[in-house]
Amino acid sequence: MECCVSDDRGLTARAPLSMDTDRDLVQLLTPEGQRVEHPDFSCDLDDEQIKDLYRDLVLTRRIDTEATALQRQGELGIWASLLGQEAAQIGSGRAMRKQDFAFPTYREHGVAWCRGVDPLRLLGLFRGVDQGGWDPRDDGFALYTIVIGAQTLHATGYAMGMQRDGCVGTGDPDRDAAAIAYFGDGATSQGDVNEAFIWASVFNAPVVFFCQNNQWAISEPIERQTRIPLFQRALGFGFPGVRVDGNDVLACHAVTSAALQRAREGSGPTFVEAYTYRMGAHTTSDDPTRYRLSADLQHWTLKDPIARVKAYLARGGGAGEGFFAEVEAESDEVAASLREGCLALPDPDVLQIFDHVFAEQTPELARQQADYASYLASFEDAGHAPVAEGAPA
Amino acid sequence: MTQMTLAKALTGGLRRAMDDDAKVLVMGEDVGKLGGVFRVTDGLQKDFGEDRVIDTPLSESGILGTAVGLAMRGYRPVCEIQFDGFVYPAYDQIVSQVAKLCFRSLGKLPMPIVIRIPFGGGIGAVEHHSESPEAQFAHTAGLKVVACSNPPDAYWMIQQAVRADDPIVFFEPKRRYWEKAEVDESASPPPLFSSQVRREGTDCTLLAYGPMVKTSLEAALAADQEGRSLEVIDLRTLSPLDMGPVLGSVRKTGRVVVVHEATVNLGLGAELAARITEECFYALEAPVLRVGGFDTPYPPSRIEEEYLPDLDRVLDAVDRALGY
Repeated sequence: MECCVSDDRGLTARAPLSMDTDRDLVQLLTPEGQRVEHPDFSCDLDDEQIKDLYRDLVLTRRIDTEATALQRQGELGIWASLLGQEAAQIGSGRAMRKQDFAFPTYREHGVAWCRGVDPLRLLGLFRGVDQGGWDPRDDGFALYTIVIGAQTLHATGYAMGMQRDGCVGTGDPDRDAAAIAYFGDGATSQGDVNEAFIWASVFNAPVVFFCQNNQWAISEPIERQTRIPLFQRALGFGFPGVRVDGNDVLACHAVTSAALQRAREGSGPTFVEAYTYRMGAHTTSDDPTRYRLSADLQHWTLKDPIARVKAYLARGGGAGEGFFAEVEAESDEVAASLREGCLALPDPDVLQIFDHVFAEQTPELARQQADYASYLASFEDAGHAPVAEGAPA
Repeated sequence: MTQMTLAKALTGGLRRAMDDDAKVLVMGEDVGKLGGVFRVTDGLQKDFGEDRVIDTPLSESGILGTAVGLAMRGYRPVCEIQFDGFVYPAYDQIVSQVAKLCFRSLGKLPMPIVIRIPFGGGIGAVEHHSESPEAQFAHTAGLKVVACSNPPDAYWMIQQAVRADDPIVFFEPKRRYWEKAEVDESASPPPLFSSQVRREGTDCTLLAYGPMVKTSLEAALAADQEGRSLEVIDLRTLSPLDMGPVLGSVRKTGRVVVVHEATVNLGLGAELAARITEECFYALEAPVLRVGGFDTPYPPSRIEEEYLPDLDRVLDAVDRALGY
C-alpha cells in the first residue's frame, strides 16, 4: 500500500498510495457488531450506557433526516447533513463533561444533541431567521462556525483561559476541564488550523483537536488535502495523534475520553482523526453525483455507524424488539416536534438588526434604526406595502 | 449573438482567455471536476487539463500566495474565491503581497492575477455568503477593482481582466448569475476601466454597479411612469473610477443617488460623493445621496430583502434628491 520515494541525497519520503487503510485504526466494535479489544483503548461502558448511545445515534440521524426534508420542502434555506458521521459526533460528544467546551463547525448536530442544545436552535441559522443566537456558555457549545477552521484557534484560546483559571491538572473531576475543536479534513489545509496546532502545542493547552475525516471537502477528495494520514501530522506539531474508526461509537468514545482526560490533567493537546465518510452531499445545495462514484457509498454503507450498535445490542447486549421500537417511536416524536417548531419559527423583525452590533448601541446606529423605522412606517401610512423588486412597476 | 446567462458568459470568457494564452491558469476550491459551486468554470478542467484548472487545497491564503509565485514565473492565475465572505484568509496575501509587488520591484514584477469573487446577497444564503467587500479592496493602493452586471460585460470584462497586467479583483453579482441576455461574441467591447450609461435621463443620476444596476434600471422604469427621467450609469470599474461619464451626467441632471449593497459607511458612495462635490459642486442641485446596506453585519436571509436596497428605497432617495 505504500511506496518509498528516495533520491541519491538520502531524502526519503513515504508516500502512501491509499489512505483508506485499517492499519492504525482504533476499533472496538466491528461493522458486524462484534466487540474487539485494542491494546491502548478500551470501552468502559455497560450495555445500558451503550443503549443510551444507540438512542443518541438514532435520534441524531432522525433530526438530520427531518432537517433535510424541511430543506427540500423549502422550510430551510440549506442544510448540512451529518449522515454517516453520527458515531464520531455522539462518541466524542458523550465523552465530554459538563465543564468541557465544544467548538463546532456547522455540521456538529450530534455534538449539539449531546450538549443539550435544543435541535430547533440549530435550524435558525439554516432557515435564515438568526445566525446562531444561543448562548454558548449555557451548554458549553460555541456558535456554529462557517469559515473553515477558524474555530480551532478559538478552542485553543478558550483552553488557554481554562489553564489560567486553574481548571487544569487539579485532580478534581468536577473542576478539570478541556476544550474540543471540531473540524473536517478540508480544514486541515487552512492556516488557522495549523496555527492552532502550534499554539496548543507550545502553550500545552488543554484542547482536543477532533477531525472528522469524511474524505470530502465539497468535491475535493482527501488526497487534495494531504498525502499522509492526517493523524500522523500531529507528531510534527509535538503532540500525539490517533486515528479512530469514526463509524464506531465505542471507539470514538474511548479515544476522545482518553484525549480529553489527558488535556484536563495538563498533558496538553491530542489530535483525534475520526476516519469516516460523508454519506450525503456537502450541503443540500451540492450534487455529489458530479464528482464521486456510488461504489464508494456502497462500501461505506456496510460500515454504517448505527447498524453495528443495533447488531451488538440485539445479539447479546440486552436489547429486544421493544427497545428498538421505543427508540424509533421517540425519534418520530422528536422529528415531529422539530418540524412543528421549525414551521413556527418567526421571521426576525428587521429593526432588530441594529440592536446587537455592539455591546451598547452607538448613536449612529440608533439614528439608522429610527430612520428606517419611519421609512417603513411611511408605507403603512400610505396604506400599501413596499413593492418587491422585480414586481411590475 | 448567443443567448447566455451571466455565469455561462463568464465561462465562455474564461474559455476564450485560456484558448488565447496558454499561461492562463484557473485555480480555486472545487473549480475543476465540480466546475465551481456556481458552475462558472464548468467544463474547463475537462478541456484544459488539471495543470491549468487546479482544484486547490482548502486554503484561500494558499490560493493567492501561490498565485504570486506562479505570476512571477510568467503565469496568469485566475483565482476563484468561493464566496465573498471567504476572501479574508487570503486578505493578507492580496493586500500585503499582490498589491505591492509591482511597486516594490519598481515595475519588474507586475502581478497579472485576477481574483474572482461572487459577491452580494439576495440568494437566501447563510452568513459569509452575501457580503459586499469591494470597498476594502478599492481602498487598497495597487489593486484594481471591477464589477460586471450583465452577461455581455461578464463575457468581455473577464477576458480583459485576464489580459491586463495588474492585479484585478473581479466582482461577480451572484444573484444575477442566472439572468440571460444576448452576447455578441464578435463585438468590440468598451475598455475595461470605463463606466457606461445604461439609460439616459434628465432629472437625476443613479450610480450603480454589479447587482444594483438591474435594481436601478427597474427604479428608472418605475420613475418614468411617474414622469421622472432617471439616468443610470453602470460604473463597472470601482478602482480606478471612471469619473468622465459620471461628471458629465451630473452636470446634466444636477442630482445623484449612489446605490450599492455594501454598507454606506465608507463605501464607494462616499468616494463618489466627494469626487462629484469637488469636481462639479456648482452643478449640484442637491447633496449626493447614498442608498446601501446599514452599518450592521449582513442579516439572516429571511429578512435580507428588507436589508438590501430595492426599488422603493432607491425611489425614496430620488424623491429626497428632487425635494431640494
